[in-house]
Amino acid sequence: MIRVVLPAHLRTLARVQGEVQLAVPAEVTIDSVLDALEAQYPVLSGAVRDHITKKRRPFVRFFACEQDLSLDPTNLPLPEPVVKGSEPLLIVGAIAGG
Amino acid sequence: MSGVRVLVGTHKGAFILNSDGKREKWDVSGPFFGGWDIYHMKGSPADPNRLYASQSTGWFGQMVQRSNDGGKTWETVGNKFAYDSETGTHKWYDGTPHPWEFKRVWHFEPSLDDPDTVYAGVEDAAFFRSADGGQNWQEMPGLRRHGTGSSWQPGAGGLCLHTIILDPSDKNRMFIAISAAGAFRTDDGAKTWKPINRGLRSNYIPEQTAEVGHCVHHIAKHRSRPNTLFMQKHWDVMRTDNAGDSWEEVSGNLPTDFGFVIDVHAHEPETIYVVPIKSDSEHYPIDGKLQVFRSRTGGNEWEPLTKGLPQKDCYVNVLRDAMAVDSLDSCGIYFGTTGGQVFASADAGDSWTPIVNNLPAVLSVEVQTMA
Repeated sequence: MIRVVLPAHLRTLARVQGEVQLAVPAEVTIDSVLDALEAQYPVLSGAVRDHITKKRRPFVRFFACEQDLSLDPTNLPLPEPVVKGSEPLLIVGAIAGG
Repeated sequence: MSGVRVLVGTHKGAFILNSDGKREKWDVSGPFFGGWDIYHMKGSPADPNRLYASQSTGWFGQMVQRSNDGGKTWETVGNKFAYDSETGTHKWYDGTPHPWEFKRVWHFEPSLDDPDTVYAGVEDAAFFRSADGGQNWQEMPGLRRHGTGSSWQPGAGGLCLHTIILDPSDKNRMFIAISAAGAFRTDDGAKTWKPINRGLRSNYIPEQTAEVGHCVHHIAKHRSRPNTLFMQKHWDVMRTDNAGDSWEEVSGNLPTDFGFVIDVHAHEPETIYVVPIKSDSEHYPIDGKLQVFRSRTGGNEWEPLTKGLPQKDCYVNVLRDAMAVDSLDSCGIYFGTTGGQVFASADAGDSWTPIVNNLPAVLSVEVQTMA
């Protein structure tokens, strides 16, 4: 299972606490993880990436294994620890605003 | 027993204020959707327990919330607002072409007779409709495809469609307003629209009486007067008696005619309310005194209403969708401030009391009168 840490507002929307665990059937990439996330929690559709363009929302970042993956192509395989479930993918709301 | 439900959208969540018909004691519930901007919340005239709320942040975009029990519980419904076909461009602040991009819903207007049908005014300016209680949204593209669309330019708050008025006497007639394109009317159920800005004069655009380009802040209408509308423009308070074909200024003796809100008494179609704001560069009341002005003559002759309102050191604003009226026998008037106060008057504005004092900045106020 793939572990994903959501920001507080999205945990509230999805009505979950702590990490979520996702079964990702395809190669584990940001795209496939988000596909699985939106399938399991439809309320999050459009909240992390645009409904139509699938582009990451500007104030959302993706971190894993102490790396910022936000600007990487979203169809690249995620780091092995994320694929194995020993490390989570962090979806982070940027520090901005008041 | 009669009662009133006040729906308050704020910069950090939604609040619902309930009272009986006396409007003396209030029950405050919320925050709902804490931490999110609630640009607007409105109930269905056909089913008062059906509410719609626009929830958004710059981080996570737009959510649409729906309640079937008057706001006790909520469910998240559809948030996919896709423009119809090729989006094209409007003008950006610097005059260059800019692609249409959805940002948020500014205003929901539920149908007068079907709780599942609701219209949405969005930024960048477009008109959407849902016929299934907000699950799915379709743009009604006739407005954005109006020939002037490519010349529309955002105001300071963005290119927002913020006002939607349905006509109870004619289902095919609707009015909308966009900052800073102006007002538009459809007479064929939103298939086609015409700009209704003749008579407006704006000194911040190159052609002061242009067909579009006016920063209309809000429009209000009494349900018994199909052709009369009142407008608070960026500067100037205006009225029309021919459904917008031409407007005349009715600012009269107002101390300043800049402002955002305007509304009409529930039972007196010529009694209207505004909250004058000092200027377009100083968005607060003159001299720190919060004053509602009332005209009982449909404009031109205005009286200040101050009893119960702060008359010293008050530097709040009252935003465009933050005033509403109830329809009890003695008409109640309500407005919210950017300082987090919601004021109520149970005597048509003669006196005011704060229902709450310390909410986040109030973005919108709507009122439901319960039988």
